[in-house]
Amino acid sequence: MHKNRPRVLTGTHFMLGNFAAVEGALAAGCNFFAGYPITPANEVSERMAERMPEVGGVFLQGEDELCSIYALAGASLAGAKVMTATASAGFDYMAEGIEYAISDEIPMVIMDVQRTRGENFATQADVMQMRWGAAGDHELIVLAPSSVQELFDYTIRAFNLAEKYRSPVIVMSETTISLMRERLVIPPADQIEIINRKMTRSAPEDYAPFQAEIGGVPEMAPLGEGYNVLYSINPHNEHGSIKWEPEIFQRQYERITQKILKNVNDIVTTDEYLTEDADIILIAYGSEARPCKDAIDMARKRGGKAGLLKLNTVWPVPEKQILAAAKKASKILAVEMNIGKYAGEIERIAGCHAEVKRVTKNLGNIHTSGEILAAIDEVLP
Amino acid sequence: MITNPLRESLKPNSLPHFFCPGCGAAQVLNYFVRATDELQIPVSSMVGIGGVGCTARIPVYLKMDAMHGIHGRTLPWATGIKLTRPDLKVVIFAGDGDAAAIGGNHLIQAARRNLDVTMIVVNNLNYGMTGGQVAPTTYSNLRTTTTPYGNPEPAFDLVKLVEAAGATFVSRWSTNRPHQCIRAIKKAIQHKGFSFVEIVSQCTTGFGRKAIGSGSPSKLLDWIKERSVTISEAEKLSNEELSGKFVLGDFVAKQAPIFSGSSFLPPEEEA
Repeated sequence: MHKNRPRVLTGTHFMLGNFAAVEGALAAGCNFFAGYPITPANEVSERMAERMPEVGGVFLQGEDELCSIYALAGASLAGAKVMTATASAGFDYMAEGIEYAISDEIPMVIMDVQRTRGENFATQADVMQMRWGAAGDHELIVLAPSSVQELFDYTIRAFNLAEKYRSPVIVMSETTISLMRERLVIPPADQIEIINRKMTRSAPEDYAPFQAEIGGVPEMAPLGEGYNVLYSINPHNEHGSIKWEPEIFQRQYERITQKILKNVNDIVTTDEYLTEDADIILIAYGSEARPCKDAIDMARKRGGKAGLLKLNTVWPVPEKQILAAAKKASKILAVEMNIGKYAGEIERIAGCHAEVKRVTKNLGNIHTSGEILAAIDEVLP
Repeated sequence: MITNPLRESLKPNSLPHFFCPGCGAAQVLNYFVRATDELQIPVSSMVGIGGVGCTARIPVYLKMDAMHGIHGRTLPWATGIKLTRPDLKVVIFAGDGDAAAIGGNHLIQAARRNLDVTMIVVNNLNYGMTGGQVAPTTYSNLRTTTTPYGNPEPAFDLVKLVEAAGATFVSRWSTNRPHQCIRAIKKAIQHKGFSFVEIVSQCTTGFGRKAIGSGSPSKLLDWIKERSVTISEAEKLSNEELSGKFVLGDFVAKQAPIFSGSSFLPPEEEA
């Protein structure tokens, strides 16, 4: 039954989004996957169960989401590159595990295929949950693919960022793209950039597991080799000892948040489409960027100067890019598939420079290009 | 100055510990260090895991890599470590609430899978750290801070639970039997598969004062002793006579395939 396929399936495929995410993970070096059944993320687990043994990795179906997310933490500290996949309700359960991974700076990739509450229809309702689901102070990296190709590409990037910044990274998918089949091009393995965590070369007595300058990332140490590191969620000092001292606590979380925020230019990416001369700029993320692009083409044909700022990273917020768009255009349309959530971020940044209008849809399906075009027409001068 | 050579197994500057005077969890820390010393296994070659609670603090003091601070998820952490690094010895320290209430499902699944870890459950019959609330292991009618009129629920027998779930080494002793505890921990560490040691323990601050009306460690140890019977003694007692008793001994020691995740390909089929 098994095919002994290589780790990187170089070539052109017509592939399901959830499968593309798996292939991205494998290309990035993932060798541990744990997950619990949930629609619409099941195909990730199923493909992982098939593929992991082919590449010498581990597949675990946990007894629940908690088992899955904490198994990731254990496996990651033991040296594996780890991933789980879930969907909205399952992400609820994983929030505490993400909190632990934040506090002890454990690399892991979490794919969340957003679904409508209690159903599997399309939505972007959890864009705030990705950011704020875990308790305590934190910054998270959340990537928002819009196609099967981007599910592959961004999953690789998620692993690279998780390893580089010793942090959980979330790939925010949606029913729309995860359950869609389209063209996927997988490059040769030697053309894929792989970043691995920095392991310490210090001797145990000179090593401090949580020591780095503000904005820096501490090195990691292997388990069971005398480094004797305590990975506790409790407030800890640079040596990992549990300590409640307000100043130590403050510095710990300043460093954990600043390692993301000070590197925002490395982490955040956006794409722009016809924004140079645009009077109206649509800001969208995930699958919603697709009808936006079509609607812009339609508007352009009629002489409407519209453009798109696509947010490939939703957290941390691409503030610079949103601000530049707001200074360029007189009107901003904040497009999303929910009751209007990320719009608050866009209004915060763009509000002083342009008129921001919310274009939302919460019907369990994606905006049509016609609906977006109508929204553009409404604000055309 | 002469220091106890067993202090080598503790992290430098980690003492004094935070356990209350007379706490049984501190005794279990001692028993574990002695067991590893007798086996000549350096604790720093192992990985320790504690969740949340008093018992969960045991690995915090040990000179080893350790994970700590999430309630009930000790076994998922251990699962991730063992499937990645089967060569590492993983020892879990959990209280009864951590193991049997919030982490109860993980307990039965890990026992069923025969995950190759050692789990030491310090059963002090209540939630000690949070102030003495009722636990799934608290016997009926006992008073705790959340059962001020007596516990209306029956207690969990953790030995029966993990045995039924498939654990391959199961033992129960109490803190007032140090030699038996140390021997059981040694056997558990040497066992290949899911080894489970329950140690019935005195919680003076949380349990004793409410449940038996005394915070004295010796009175509480007597209270446990009066209710303790060995496996052979228990065989002569009726179910009614056994109610409210702690049956002590080694219950299970057998071999079964070790859980390794689905990381192996089936053999190639002939074309």
